[in-house]
Amino acid sequence: MTSRLRRRLQTRWPTRLLLVLAVLVAVAPPARSVGLVADLSSYLVAITTGFAGEDVLFFGAVDGPGDVVVVLRGPEVEQQVLRKSQVAGIWMNTARMTFQQVPSFYAVASTRPIEEIAEPPVLRSLEIGVEHLRLALPTALVSANLAEEWRAALIRNKQDQGLFAREHTKVTLRDNTLFRTSFYLPPNVPVGYYQAQVYLFRDGQAVSAQTIPLSVSKVGLEADVFLFAHQRPSLYGLVAVVIALLAGWIAHAAFRRN
Amino acid sequence: MAGPPLEPFAGSGRRFESGMQVYLPIAELSVDVFLLLGLGGLIGFLSGLFGVGGGFLMTPLLIFIGVPPAIAVATQSTHVVASSVSGVLAHWKRGNVDVKMGAILLGGGFVGSTLGVGLFTLLRSIGQIDLVISLSYVVLLGTLGVMLMLEGARAMLRSRSKAKAGKLHSHHWAHGLPLKTRFRKSRLYISALVPLAIGFMVGLISAIMGVGGGFILVPLMIYVLGMPTTVVIGTSLFQIIFVSANVSFLQASQNQAVDLVLALLLIVGGVIGAQFGGRLGARLPGEMLRLLLGLLILSVGAKLLIDLLVTPDDIYSLGLT
Repeated sequence: MTSRLRRRLQTRWPTRLLLVLAVLVAVAPPARSVGLVADLSSYLVAITTGFAGEDVLFFGAVDGPGDVVVVLRGPEVEQQVLRKSQVAGIWMNTARMTFQQVPSFYAVASTRPIEEIAEPPVLRSLEIGVEHLRLALPTALVSANLAEEWRAALIRNKQDQGLFAREHTKVTLRDNTLFRTSFYLPPNVPVGYYQAQVYLFRDGQAVSAQTIPLSVSKVGLEADVFLFAHQRPSLYGLVAVVIALLAGWIAHAAFRRN
Repeated sequence: MAGPPLEPFAGSGRRFESGMQVYLPIAELSVDVFLLLGLGGLIGFLSGLFGVGGGFLMTPLLIFIGVPPAIAVATQSTHVVASSVSGVLAHWKRGNVDVKMGAILLGGGFVGSTLGVGLFTLLRSIGQIDLVISLSYVVLLGTLGVMLMLEGARAMLRSRSKAKAGKLHSHHWAHGLPLKTRFRKSRLYISALVPLAIGFMVGLISAIMGVGGGFILVPLMIYVLGMPTTVVIGTSLFQIIFVSANVSFLQASQNQAVDLVLALLLIVGGVIGAQFGGRLGARLPGEMLRLLLGLLILSVGAKLLIDLLVTPDDIYSLGLT
């Protein structure tokens, strides 16, 4: 838990910079002149007491016909996957695998189904579409077809939690100039620094790209309780006990009066 | 000039629309406030009605609504602290607490619960904690439910014939152990090792299951230690406060699994519910209550067991991140 916290608190600049570089390398050099401007409705999604999910709106402009693809990725985490089997009639976890660098949230929006926009190698290199995510297990641990099964299980479970989008959202492009789309962040959305990559595709190639950061964080009481619990766990434990003792005493006093 | 409306290819995710959602910061879950207050109230009502702590019903219900088992158990121990305090104060005033006996039970309880939380942490890291929690509950609720129902049924039959008088307490193997100690309040002269061992065992159960353990402690204190029933409840609550406080503290400091927002909502609901439960409980016959409680406990246990036996929708699941 503490390592998870450390990851959450760490500034993500090194990874972010690498990703930006990766995008720059992936986009062909002459493409830099091609216009794409994108922005989003809010750089901060605040998880407050009443948080029940939120829509994040992306919008922008392109300088002519083409396809717009937006990929929203949550912070990368190490994710354990467990497999059950029947032992004496009872289903229990009997195997586990740990995937490195799994985006905690992943969603794609595009003007057309992505298969019509670009060829699989291009999509794979940019990790567009859940099926093109690089989620590899160490080859020493599992054979190729078993690894594929674990990978599919990871994706399926993330989809069941609503954290990997099952379907691609539609990007609306108006007069080949203005585009917009929105992503739904569910109530269980992981906190951390998100990256939205906006691509402009022409003739099956990404001719322009832009990266927009987005922060999802607990705010107010929620953040205070979470940070307190993780940064000062012993003090938090003491406070929890004292609050419980007080609550019990107050309850006793209230009972007596009745 | 407005553009065409956004049309996703399909639903972009799950959406729950409801009255008032509260986000639980540690469970990382958004739940309806009234569901939690109602759950606290229901368990409070039942504990007032049946005169039990109710922790053993609260944890399974929290699991059923989607709270991760580890967080349900850890948070529940905080709830147990609160409900035991309000219970023990009433007994303390009447002088129904054997502090010496309580302290020895507590000694064992501290060791047992500390080891228990350590075991909990270990099981959690290897992805087996959910199974162990479910299995413990199936065994516990199954045994308890059957015992209560049998006793309730027997008492209902017996109430027609004449009640038989028994011995004050029986002498058995436990009286041969060393470290004999005098317990004035309980009018006992027994080995301190027995309460120490009982405290240890209940402490272990308390840590793994997030319960106070009164329903195990009370019969053991009556039948094994031979304590008079007047001091049993007060003394057991006295030791439960400290053991559960120890569990809460360790669960918070080692596992960061105590959700204070959840605990507070359950406590508030519980306080209100217990008032109504207590009033109704005074009006219903005891045997009937035991039969009803037994039935309730058995159904919760059965639901947990079925969840373990039925082939899961997906044999893969996500573990810790």
